[in-house]
Amino acid sequence: MEAITFEGTAKTPTVKFDSANGVFEIKGRSIPENSIEFYKPLVDWLDEYAKAPRDLTQVNVQLEYFNTSSSKCILDVFKKLETIHKGTNEVIINWYYEEDDEDMLEAGEDYESIIRVPFKMIEIVE
Amino acid sequence: MSFDINDYYSKLNSGDVLLAYKGSITSDLISNVLEVVEAKLDDLSEQAKVRKKVYNVLVESLQNLFHHNDELPDKLHDSFDPKFGVLVVSRVENNVYKISTGNFINSSKIKFLKDKIDKINSLSEEELKDMYKFILNHQKLSAKGGGGLGLVDIARKTGNKLEYSFDNYNNEYYFFNLEVIVS
Repeated sequence: MEAITFEGTAKTPTVKFDSANGVFEIKGRSIPENSIEFYKPLVDWLDEYAKAPRDLTQVNVQLEYFNTSSSKCILDVFKKLETIHKGTNEVIINWYYEEDDEDMLEAGEDYESIIRVPFKMIEIVE
Repeated sequence: MSFDINDYYSKLNSGDVLLAYKGSITSDLISNVLEVVEAKLDDLSEQAKVRKKVYNVLVESLQNLFHHNDELPDKLHDSFDPKFGVLVVSRVENNVYKISTGNFINSSKIKFLKDKIDKINSLSEEELKDMYKFILNHQKLSAKGGGGLGLVDIARKTGNKLEYSFDNYNNEYYFFNLEVIVS
Protein backbone atom coordinates (compact mmCIF):
# COMPACT_ATOMS: atom_id res chain seq x y z
CA MET A 1 0.00 0.00 0.00
CA GLU A 2 0.99 3.61 -0.58
CA ALA A 3 2.63 5.61 2.18
CA ILE A 4 0.55 8.46 3.58
CA THR A 5 2.27 11.82 3.88
CA PHE A 6 1.20 15.32 4.90
CA GLU A 7 3.31 18.44 4.79
CA GLY A 8 3.31 20.29 8.09
CA THR A 9 1.49 23.62 8.49
CA ALA A 10 1.37 26.16 11.34
CA LYS A 11 -1.41 24.12 12.93
CA THR A 12 -0.85 20.57 11.71
CA PRO A 13 2.12 18.24 11.91
CA THR A 14 4.28 16.69 9.22
CA VAL A 15 3.21 13.09 8.81
CA LYS A 16 4.82 10.18 7.04
CA PHE A 17 3.49 6.68 7.56
CA ASP A 18 5.49 4.35 5.34
CA SER A 19 4.16 0.82 5.06
CA ALA A 20 7.25 -0.29 3.11
CA ASN A 21 9.60 -0.01 6.08
CA GLY A 22 7.09 0.22 8.94
CA VAL A 23 8.42 3.58 10.09
CA PHE A 24 5.76 6.16 10.98
CA GLU A 25 6.47 9.77 11.85
CA ILE A 26 4.40 12.59 13.32
CA LYS A 27 6.35 15.75 13.85
CA GLY A 28 5.67 19.42 14.59
CA ARG A 29 2.52 21.10 15.91
CA SER A 30 -0.92 19.68 16.14
CA ILE A 31 -3.29 22.48 17.11
CA PRO A 32 -6.12 22.53 14.54
CA GLU A 33 -9.58 23.66 15.72
CA ASN A 34 -11.05 20.49 14.29
CA SER A 35 -8.60 17.67 14.62
CA ILE A 36 -10.97 14.95 13.37
CA GLU A 37 -10.69 16.31 9.84
CA PHE A 38 -6.93 15.99 10.00
CA TYR A 39 -6.61 12.63 11.74
CA LYS A 40 -9.44 10.67 10.10
CA PRO A 41 -7.38 9.79 6.97
CA LEU A 42 -4.55 8.55 9.21
CA VAL A 43 -6.84 6.33 11.25
CA ASP A 44 -8.41 4.98 8.04
CA TRP A 45 -4.96 4.33 6.60
CA LEU A 46 -3.99 2.42 9.76
CA ASP A 47 -7.11 0.24 9.41
CA GLU A 48 -5.77 -0.86 6.03
CA TYR A 49 -2.20 -1.25 7.28
CA ALA A 50 -3.42 -3.39 10.21
CA LYS A 51 -4.57 -6.06 7.74
CA ALA A 52 -0.95 -6.80 6.78
CA PRO A 53 1.44 -4.96 9.08
CA ARG A 54 5.22 -5.26 9.08
CA ASP A 55 6.80 -7.48 11.76
CA LEU A 56 8.05 -4.32 13.41
CA THR A 57 6.31 -0.94 13.28
CA GLN A 58 8.26 1.98 14.72
CA VAL A 59 6.32 5.13 15.47
CA ASN A 60 8.21 8.35 16.08
CA VAL A 61 6.13 11.07 17.69
CA GLN A 62 7.91 14.38 18.00
CA LEU A 63 5.40 17.07 18.79
CA GLU A 64 6.25 20.55 19.91
CA TYR A 65 2.67 21.41 20.84
CA PHE A 66 -0.64 19.62 20.63
CA ASN A 67 -4.07 20.78 21.68
CA THR A 68 -6.67 18.81 23.60
CA SER A 69 -8.72 18.27 20.45
CA SER A 70 -5.71 16.49 18.91
CA SER A 71 -5.01 14.54 22.08
CA LYS A 72 -8.10 12.38 21.50
CA CYS A 73 -7.25 11.79 17.87
CA ILE A 74 -3.69 10.84 18.78
CA LEU A 75 -5.19 8.35 21.23
CA ASP A 76 -7.28 6.93 18.36
CA VAL A 77 -4.09 6.49 16.32
CA PHE A 78 -2.42 4.75 19.26
CA LYS A 79 -5.44 2.49 19.74
CA LYS A 80 -5.04 1.30 16.16
CA LEU A 81 -1.40 0.57 16.89
CA GLU A 82 -2.46 -1.34 19.99
CA THR A 83 -4.63 -3.57 17.81
CA ILE A 84 -1.63 -4.31 15.60
CA HIS A 85 0.50 -5.00 18.65
CA LYS A 86 -2.12 -7.41 20.03
CA GLY A 87 -1.43 -9.64 17.06
CA THR A 88 2.02 -11.12 16.76
CA ASN A 89 3.51 -7.93 15.36
CA GLU A 90 5.86 -5.73 17.25
CA VAL A 91 5.07 -2.03 17.69
CA ILE A 92 7.12 0.56 19.49
CA ILE A 93 6.23 4.21 20.08
CA ASN A 94 9.18 6.57 20.46
CA TRP A 95 7.89 9.66 22.25
CA TYR A 96 10.25 12.61 21.84
CA TYR A 97 10.18 15.63 24.12
CA GLU A 98 12.42 18.66 24.38
CA GLU A 99 14.78 19.05 27.28
CA ASP A 100 12.88 20.33 30.36
CA ASP A 101 9.49 19.98 28.68
CA GLU A 102 7.93 18.10 31.57
CA ASP A 103 4.42 18.67 30.22
CA MET A 104 5.27 16.85 27.00
CA LEU A 105 6.96 14.02 28.89
CA GLU A 106 3.92 13.72 31.14
CA ALA A 107 1.62 13.69 28.11
CA GLY A 108 3.61 10.73 26.77
CA GLU A 109 3.35 8.97 30.11
CA ASP A 110 -0.44 9.51 30.10
CA TYR A 111 -0.66 7.66 26.80
CA GLU A 112 1.73 4.99 27.98
CA SER A 113 -0.57 4.27 30.93
CA ILE A 114 -3.64 3.95 28.68
CA ILE A 115 -2.23 2.12 25.65
CA ARG A 116 -0.73 -1.36 25.80
CA VAL A 117 2.16 -0.71 23.44
CA PRO A 118 5.79 -0.27 24.56
CA PHE A 119 6.80 3.39 24.75
CA LYS A 120 10.27 4.80 24.76
CA MET A 121 10.62 8.33 26.14
CA ILE A 122 13.41 10.16 24.35
CA GLU A 123 14.67 13.53 25.52
CA ILE A 124 15.95 15.82 22.78
CA VAL A 125 18.97 17.65 24.14
CA GLU A 126 19.92 20.78 22.24
CA MET B 1 -27.15 47.73 35.89
CA SER B 2 -26.23 45.54 32.98
CA PHE B 3 -22.74 44.51 32.08
CA ASP B 4 -20.72 47.07 30.12
CA ILE B 5 -18.39 45.39 27.67
CA ASN B 6 -16.27 48.50 26.99
CA ASP B 7 -15.73 49.11 30.64
CA TYR B 8 -14.72 45.49 31.11
CA TYR B 9 -12.37 45.58 28.14
CA SER B 10 -10.60 48.76 29.18
CA LYS B 11 -10.03 47.38 32.67
CA LEU B 12 -8.43 44.26 31.23
CA ASN B 13 -6.45 46.20 28.69
CA SER B 14 -4.19 47.94 31.18
CA GLY B 15 -0.75 47.21 32.53
CA ASP B 16 1.84 45.29 30.56
CA VAL B 17 -0.38 43.99 27.74
CA LEU B 18 1.12 41.76 25.05
CA LEU B 19 -2.06 41.51 23.08
CA ALA B 20 -5.66 42.61 23.46
CA TYR B 21 -8.46 41.72 21.08
CA LYS B 22 -12.21 41.93 20.95
CA GLY B 23 -14.24 40.73 18.00
CA SER B 24 -14.90 37.63 15.95
CA ILE B 25 -13.01 34.52 17.01
CA THR B 26 -12.20 32.76 13.75
CA SER B 27 -9.65 30.16 12.79
CA ASP B 28 -7.51 32.81 11.06
CA LEU B 29 -7.70 35.10 14.07
CA ILE B 30 -6.45 32.26 16.26
CA SER B 31 -3.49 31.69 13.91
CA ASN B 32 -2.63 35.38 13.92
CA VAL B 33 -2.86 35.74 17.69
CA LEU B 34 -0.65 32.70 18.24
CA GLU B 35 1.94 34.01 15.82
CA VAL B 36 2.06 37.46 17.42
CA VAL B 37 2.20 36.21 21.00
CA GLU B 38 4.83 33.61 20.18
CA ALA B 39 7.05 36.26 18.59
CA LYS B 40 6.60 38.58 21.58
CA LEU B 41 7.42 35.84 24.05
CA ASP B 42 10.58 35.09 22.07
CA ASP B 43 11.60 38.75 22.27
CA LEU B 44 11.05 38.81 26.01
CA SER B 45 13.35 35.77 26.33
CA GLU B 46 11.33 34.21 29.11
CA GLN B 47 12.14 30.69 30.27
CA ALA B 48 11.32 28.12 27.58
CA LYS B 49 9.08 26.34 30.06
CA VAL B 50 6.94 29.42 30.70
CA ARG B 51 6.81 30.29 26.98
CA LYS B 52 5.48 26.83 26.21
CA LYS B 53 2.92 26.93 28.99
CA VAL B 54 1.65 30.35 27.88
CA TYR B 55 1.39 29.11 24.30
CA ASN B 56 -0.45 25.96 25.33
CA VAL B 57 -2.91 27.79 27.56
CA LEU B 58 -3.47 30.36 24.84
CA VAL B 59 -4.27 27.64 22.29
CA GLU B 60 -6.83 26.05 24.60
CA SER B 61 -8.34 29.38 25.67
CA LEU B 62 -8.79 30.52 22.06
CA GLN B 63 -10.22 27.21 20.98
CA ASN B 64 -12.64 27.26 23.91
CA LEU B 65 -13.79 30.67 22.67
CA PHE B 66 -14.03 29.30 19.14
CA HIS B 67 -16.07 26.23 20.07
CA HIS B 68 -18.23 27.45 22.94
CA ASN B 69 -19.30 30.88 21.90
CA ASP B 70 -23.02 31.54 22.14
CA GLU B 71 -24.41 33.87 19.50
CA LEU B 72 -26.48 36.74 20.79
CA PRO B 73 -30.08 37.02 19.57
CA ASP B 74 -30.58 38.95 16.32
CA LYS B 75 -31.68 42.24 17.82
CA LEU B 76 -28.34 42.57 19.62
CA HIS B 77 -26.24 41.43 16.69
CA ASP B 78 -25.66 44.98 15.48
CA SER B 79 -23.46 45.85 18.42
CA PHE B 80 -21.28 42.73 18.27
CA ASP B 81 -19.39 40.79 15.62
CA PRO B 82 -20.48 37.20 15.12
CA LYS B 83 -18.65 34.75 17.36
CA PHE B 84 -17.72 37.64 19.58
CA GLY B 85 -15.01 37.06 22.12
CA VAL B 86 -12.43 38.96 24.13
CA LEU B 87 -8.83 37.98 24.70
CA VAL B 88 -6.16 39.79 26.67
CA VAL B 89 -2.67 38.46 27.34
CA SER B 90 -0.69 40.44 29.85
CA ARG B 91 2.57 40.12 31.68
CA VAL B 92 2.21 40.29 35.45
CA GLU B 93 5.92 40.07 36.18
CA ASN B 94 8.94 38.11 34.95
CA ASN B 95 7.80 34.66 33.88
CA VAL B 96 4.23 35.26 35.08
CA TYR B 97 1.42 35.87 32.60
CA LYS B 98 -2.30 36.40 32.77
CA ILE B 99 -4.62 35.18 30.04
CA SER B 100 -8.14 36.57 30.19
CA THR B 101 -10.94 35.50 27.90
CA GLY B 102 -14.58 36.51 27.72
CA ASN B 103 -17.61 35.42 25.75
CA PHE B 104 -21.38 35.45 25.85
CA ILE B 105 -23.10 32.45 27.30
CA ASN B 106 -26.75 31.47 27.42
CA SER B 107 -27.93 31.46 31.04
CA SER B 108 -29.06 27.84 30.66
CA LYS B 109 -25.43 26.72 30.38
CA ILE B 110 -24.06 28.57 33.38
CA LYS B 111 -24.69 25.87 35.93
CA PHE B 112 -22.93 23.20 33.90
CA LEU B 113 -19.88 25.39 33.31
CA LYS B 114 -19.72 26.69 36.87
CA ASP B 115 -19.96 23.17 38.30
CA LYS B 116 -17.24 22.02 35.96
CA ILE B 117 -14.82 24.82 36.91
CA ASP B 118 -15.56 24.45 40.63
CA LYS B 119 -14.91 20.75 40.34
CA ILE B 120 -11.59 21.35 38.52
CA ASN B 121 -10.57 23.94 41.11
CA SER B 122 -11.24 21.50 43.93
CA LEU B 123 -8.92 18.81 42.58
CA SER B 124 -5.32 18.09 43.48
CA GLU B 125 -2.64 17.72 40.81
CA GLU B 126 -2.95 13.95 40.90
CA GLU B 127 -6.77 14.07 40.71
CA LEU B 128 -6.59 16.45 37.74
CA LYS B 129 -4.30 14.03 35.96
CA ASP B 130 -6.80 11.21 36.57
CA MET B 131 -9.69 13.38 35.36
CA TYR B 132 -7.77 14.30 32.22
CA LYS B 133 -6.98 10.68 31.46
CA PHE B 134 -10.53 9.59 32.13
CA ILE B 135 -12.04 12.17 29.76
CA LEU B 136 -9.34 11.47 27.17
CA ASN B 137 -10.11 7.78 27.19
CA HIS B 138 -13.89 7.77 27.64
CA GLN B 139 -15.48 10.80 26.03
CA LYS B 140 -15.99 11.20 22.32
CA LEU B 141 -15.04 14.38 20.49
CA SER B 142 -17.97 16.57 19.55
CA ALA B 143 -18.63 17.11 15.85
CA LYS B 144 -16.90 20.48 16.18
CA GLY B 145 -13.80 18.82 17.56
CA GLY B 146 -14.18 19.97 21.15
CA GLY B 147 -13.38 17.37 23.73
CA GLY B 148 -14.25 18.78 27.13
CA LEU B 149 -10.58 18.68 28.03
CA GLY B 150 -9.53 22.29 27.52
CA LEU B 151 -10.18 23.62 31.02
CA VAL B 152 -8.79 20.51 32.68
CA ASP B 153 -5.65 20.84 30.58
CA ILE B 154 -5.29 24.53 31.44
CA ALA B 155 -5.61 23.84 35.17
CA ARG B 156 -3.17 20.97 34.94
CA LYS B 157 -0.52 22.86 32.96
CA THR B 158 -0.67 26.02 35.06
CA GLY B 159 -1.15 24.43 38.46
CA ASN B 160 -3.32 27.45 39.29
CA LYS B 161 -7.00 27.86 40.05
CA LEU B 162 -9.30 29.12 37.29
CA GLU B 163 -10.77 32.51 38.24
CA TYR B 164 -14.13 33.29 36.68
CA SER B 165 -17.23 35.41 36.77
CA PHE B 166 -20.60 35.52 35.05
CA ASP B 167 -21.92 39.02 34.50
CA ASN B 168 -25.53 39.54 33.59
CA TYR B 169 -25.95 41.12 30.15
CA ASN B 170 -29.67 40.70 29.68
CA ASN B 171 -32.30 38.21 30.82
CA GLU B 172 -31.02 35.38 28.77
CA TYR B 173 -27.34 36.13 28.28
CA TYR B 174 -24.40 36.46 30.57
CA PHE B 175 -20.81 37.39 29.88
CA PHE B 176 -18.42 34.71 31.01
CA ASN B 177 -14.98 35.93 32.04
CA LEU B 178 -12.13 33.54 32.71
CA GLU B 179 -8.73 34.45 34.06
CA VAL B 180 -5.76 32.15 34.13
CA ILE B 181 -2.38 32.84 35.62
CA VAL B 182 0.53 31.05 33.97
CA SER B 183 3.73 30.93 35.96
